[in-house]
Amino acid sequence: MLRPDAPVLLEIRDLHARVEDQPILRGVNLTIRAGEIHAVMGRNGSGKSTLSKVLAGHPAYSVTAGTVHYRGEDLLTLAPEQRARIGLFLGFQYPVEIPGVSNLEFLRVATNARRAEQGQDELDTFAFEDLVRERLQVVQMDPAFLERSLNEGFSGGEKKRNEILQMAMLEPLVAILDETDSGLDIDALRIVAGGVNQLAGPDNATLLITHYQRLLDEITPDYVHVMAAGRILRTGGRELALELERSGYDWVDRELAALEVV
Amino acid sequence: MAWAEALRDALPLAQGSLAPVRERGRRGLAERPMPGRRQESWRFTDLAALLALDPGSLGHPPAIPASASPAAPALMPAPEAGILQLRLDGSGDPLAGVALPEGLTILEGVELEQALGQCLEASGCRDHWPVLLNKASAERVLALRVRGAVQPTLELVSDAGEGPGLLPLRVLLLLDEQASLSLLQVHRSSGANLTSVVVEAHLGRAARLQHGVLATGAEGSVLLAHVAALQEPGSELSLATATAGWELARLEPRIHQAGGAARSRLRGLQMVRVRQLADTHSLVHFAGPEGSLDQLHKVVADGAARSVFNGAVRVPREAQRTDAAQLSRSLLLSDRARVDTKPELEIVADDVRCAHGATVSRLQQDELFYLQSRGIAAVQAARLLLRGYCEEVLRDLPPAAARWQPLSALLGEPTVVR
Repeated sequence: MLRPDAPVLLEIRDLHARVEDQPILRGVNLTIRAGEIHAVMGRNGSGKSTLSKVLAGHPAYSVTAGTVHYRGEDLLTLAPEQRARIGLFLGFQYPVEIPGVSNLEFLRVATNARRAEQGQDELDTFAFEDLVRERLQVVQMDPAFLERSLNEGFSGGEKKRNEILQMAMLEPLVAILDETDSGLDIDALRIVAGGVNQLAGPDNATLLITHYQRLLDEITPDYVHVMAAGRILRTGGRELALELERSGYDWVDRELAALEVV
Repeated sequence: MAWAEALRDALPLAQGSLAPVRERGRRGLAERPMPGRRQESWRFTDLAALLALDPGSLGHPPAIPASASPAAPALMPAPEAGILQLRLDGSGDPLAGVALPEGLTILEGVELEQALGQCLEASGCRDHWPVLLNKASAERVLALRVRGAVQPTLELVSDAGEGPGLLPLRVLLLLDEQASLSLLQVHRSSGANLTSVVVEAHLGRAARLQHGVLATGAEGSVLLAHVAALQEPGSELSLATATAGWELARLEPRIHQAGGAARSRLRGLQMVRVRQLADTHSLVHFAGPEGSLDQLHKVVADGAARSVFNGAVRVPREAQRTDAAQLSRSLLLSDRARVDTKPELEIVADDVRCAHGATVSRLQQDELFYLQSRGIAAVQAARLLLRGYCEEVLRDLPPAAARWQPLSALLGEPTVVR
């Protein structure tokens, strides 16, 4: 349910960013309020994934202009871990495999870091395991995965479920899901999308970054943005995604060409 | 060289049942030059830490540290059920007052004479300088025959303490056909002294040995260790070694598969920081067909430390259908640390699979970022990654190693005695 008076969680203004010497983002504007689900679509190389990494603070990207405010606070001055602790979450397109670090231990450290920021006590081992087991159900994940090394040897679908499990544990206010649908078969996609839907609520917001309409069949966005050449070219409702599905991205090229002329 | 002469002068005269062995060791030391950079196998290994020890102090073991000394970096965990702990101090009889469990018997007399040195001979290290030094100085050998499946883990513990001296430890294990044993060596030092270890293990047909070595040193301490295993067909050896904190550590695992058709699994972790140097020279020789080797050697190098790894694998013509894989992975935590890593494969047989690889890298930015993006501080993320990196080797230690908290011990973190 959209509420125009809902608090603004994320406010991106004229954001420019580059990786090495390559400018990628060229003036992104986006406002996300509590309770909203946004989808950013676009071709490969349009800057979608870069936007998600810049928001999460990946060190390989540098912001050259613009601002990002998270609940009124300047996000760009914060270290990646601090952004996570105050409630920003990035679901990775390619979750990293880390041999030797147990999934359970990782979840425990991460969850307690987030809790400490919110002024909550650390969970003891038992309380923590109870919580994990409960949240496993969000993505119908086998508890055996907790004992394994973080993402090591997980299939594509298992990795994505593990991302959503982390999200369920961390209870972020803004979740950015970068191509969470890539590499998933339809059953896994439904499970992952079901998890995201369960976690979406009136006080948080979700930013889906995706290539395809099929994720949006499972998670209904309130806004759809089309990105091209490092900016948001057009914003609309659900119907925009359907239109893209029907007519492709050719119109994007025409609009871009027109912009370059101007 | 004056140092070597002073060392020979300091070594006590050979006495006791091992007198002939000690005499041969002394003679060997006199006849052979000290290791040096001109010898290929010592080319990267600076012996400054060894030469910094007063040779006159090496004629006797270091004074035994008080067991509850608060200066000790970590206390000894008490023996537990399922563990036979023997303390080796270089002079006393580790078996005094010990009731050996079923399957373990003392090897003595002619049997001992015949068996002692066989694995060293087979694996070609009989005349290595560290072996000669051990022979010349070890007053006794802990020699055991293993029959059947021995239940308790055999835990051999030494602590050289803080004082000067040479702690020589010599062990011989004879595993009968189909025998099995879990063996954990724990060696510690907290000062400028020398620990010399020579372990021989003869694995009879279809015998199984799970062998772990956990060795933590301190500033000025030196460790010279040989582990020579002779494997008969059908036998399985798992050897996991982990060292940290030694000013100089040189480890030489030497495996000889006498008739091939045996399985050898090697896991090594050496951690160095400040100006420490750790060196592993391993050799696996397949003297028959259808043997296998699975070897992983890992390094963590920080500060201005140096690490050397030389992994020799010999597959002569008679070793057809050998399946060997060796991987060396080094993690550099500083710009000044240096790693020399070299596979040395000698393959004559034509129908074999021998894979080898080596990587040298820093902590991966993507891994760090992934952990940070979940709220874990950069420093803690780096620590988690480091621990994970080490775990891959440490999980091969015998289960009994857990109570020594190997990771904390290696990282120099305080350990809690349970």
